[in-house]
Amino acid sequence: MTEAAREEIRRLAGLYEHRQSALIPALFVAQQEAGYLSPAVLESVAEVLELPVTEVTSVASFYGLFYLEPVGRHMVHVCTNLSCMLNGCQRLLSRMQEVMGIQPGETTPDGRFSLRAAECLGACEEAPAVLVDEDRWAAVSPEGVEPMLERYR
Amino acid sequence: MATEAAMPESVLLRWVRTEGMAEIEQYRRAGGYDAARRVATELTPDQVIEMVAASGLRGKGGAGFPTAQKWKFIPKAAPVKYVVVNGDEGEPGTFKDRTLIEGCPHLLVEGILIAAVTIGARKVYIYLRREFYRGRLLLDAAIAQARAAGFVGERIFGSDHAVEIVVHPGAGAYIAGEETALLESLEGRRAMPRQRPPFPAVAGLYQQPTLVQNVETLCHLPVIIGLGPERYKELGPPVLFSVSGAVVRPGVYEAPLGVTLRSLIFDHAGGMRPGRRFKAAFPGGVSSVFLTEADLDVKMDPDSLRQAGTMLGSAAVIVVDDSADMVEVMARAVEFYRDESCGKCTPCREGTAWIAQVFERILHGRGRSEDLALLEGIAGGMTGTCFCPLGESVPPGLVASLRLFRDEYERRIAAGATDGR
Repeated sequence: MTEAAREEIRRLAGLYEHRQSALIPALFVAQQEAGYLSPAVLESVAEVLELPVTEVTSVASFYGLFYLEPVGRHMVHVCTNLSCMLNGCQRLLSRMQEVMGIQPGETTPDGRFSLRAAECLGACEEAPAVLVDEDRWAAVSPEGVEPMLERYR
Repeated sequence: MATEAAMPESVLLRWVRTEGMAEIEQYRRAGGYDAARRVATELTPDQVIEMVAASGLRGKGGAGFPTAQKWKFIPKAAPVKYVVVNGDEGEPGTFKDRTLIEGCPHLLVEGILIAAVTIGARKVYIYLRREFYRGRLLLDAAIAQARAAGFVGERIFGSDHAVEIVVHPGAGAYIAGEETALLESLEGRRAMPRQRPPFPAVAGLYQQPTLVQNVETLCHLPVIIGLGPERYKELGPPVLFSVSGAVVRPGVYEAPLGVTLRSLIFDHAGGMRPGRRFKAAFPGGVSSVFLTEADLDVKMDPDSLRQAGTMLGSAAVIVVDDSADMVEVMARAVEFYRDESCGKCTPCREGTAWIAQVFERILHGRGRSEDLALLEGIAGGMTGTCFCPLGESVPPGLVASLRLFRDEYERRIAAGATDGR
C-alpha cells in the first residue's frame, strides 16, 4: 500500500471517536488502489488501523462490495431484485452474459469486465437498473448492452 | 390526468423537482435554512419537539415510530450524544431517499441541523449506501457549501451550537439498514443486529445516546418548522411513495397519508400497462405482505394497512401484473432474504436457506406434493423466533402467497410431475 493511501486512512481514522469506525472507508481506499483486497492488502489496513488481521478480514468478507479475489477493470452490477425482475432484468442479464462470455460472479479473460447480479440498487423507477463502476444506467434494454459496454475500455 | 389537477401542491417534492436545488444560493432564495436558523437561534428544544409531535411525524424508514417520542427518549443531560442518519436505503422497491438526496441535498442537511440542535448532538454521521455515488458527490458538496456559509461546524448561524457532519459509506449489506446493525457497521464491524434494549436512544453509537433517523424523516423537519405543524398536516400530511414494477410511470410520488392504493397506481403512476391487469402489490417494500385486487381501495396509512394484515413500511409500492408468476415473485423475495441474512440467528440463516431450496425445486419441475406443507412448516418455525425483522419478514408474505395463490404453486408442482423430471 502506498504512503498516500496510508495517510488517507489515518485521516479517516481521525473522523471517529474509535479508529475501528474507519475500517469500512479504509478498506475502500485500499481496494481502490490495489483493485482487490488481497491478504497482503488486508494486513496493511490492519497495521495502519492497529487492528487484528482476523478482524479486518472478517469484516471485509461480510460485505458484498469488498472483493477478496481479483476483479476486472470495470465492475458491472445488474439489479435482479423484484422491480427489475418485473421489468425484464433476466433478458438483460442473459444478453450481458452472451456479450461478455461469462456468468455472473466471473471476470472476462482479458480482465476488462466483472459481472455481478445485484440486489436492489434503489433505482427502481429506472428498472432494469445497471451500475457500471460508479455510473448508473437507466432502463437498459438487451439491445443497449453493447453500446453501453463500449464506453468502458 | 384530471386527477392530477386536483392534487394538493407538493410540499416535499417541490424542493426536489425544482432545478438547481443542489446549490445553496438557490436553496436559500427559496427560504432554505430559515427553519434551521430559527431552531438554532430562537426556538427552545421543547418548542421544536412540541411542533414535531403536533405534526404527527413518524419515522419513514419502515418501523413508523413517532419521531418526537424518539427524541424524548434521548437523555437531556448526557454529555455526548450522536445523530446517525440512516441512508442505507436498501428495502427492495424503495428509492425516495436517493431521490431526495440527488434532488435537494440541502433539505437533508437542514433537517439534520434541526434534529442535532434539538437533541444537543454535536456530531452527526450519515451512513450512506455506497452505491449512491451521485448522491454522495452532491451531499459532500452541499455540506461543504453549508460549512462555508457558517451553517455547519462551530457556532452555526452565529449561535452557541456546533454541529459536525461526516458521511460514512455502507458496503453492500441490506441488514445494515436495521438500526442496531447500522451502528455495528458504523463502529467498523460486521453489520449484525444488537440485542434491544438498550435502545440506541440510550446506548447507541459507542454506547452513547444516539438518534438514528431515516433520510426522508429528517427532510420533513424543515417543512414542518417552516409551515407550522397545522398547515403541514392540512397539506397531507405528505408521504413519499416509491412506486415501481409493472406500472406505466414508475417514480416517487407525494400523496397525503391515507391515499388509496388504487389512486397511487392509477392516478399517480399512470396505471397498468396496455393489456395488463393488476394482480398484486407490495405496499411497503418486499418486507410487507402483498395486497391483491380486493384490497385496491385500502388506505395507505399505518393503521389501515395493519388492519389489512400488512404494513406501510418504507411506503414502497411494487406492482405486479397478470404476466408475472407469483411463485417466481416469492422465490425471488426469498432468495433475497437468504443472501442478505447476516447469519447471526439460526431460524433466519437456516430457514431462508431451506425455503429457497424448496422454491428452487418447485421452479425446476421437481416440486413434491408435500412441499407446500413443508413451506408452511418452516415459515411457522421462523415466526417469532428470529433475532430481528429481516427473518421475521419472510413468513407472513410466504404464507399469504400459499393461501391466495395456491393454485399457481399446485400447477407448478403438477406440471413437474407430468414432465417426469
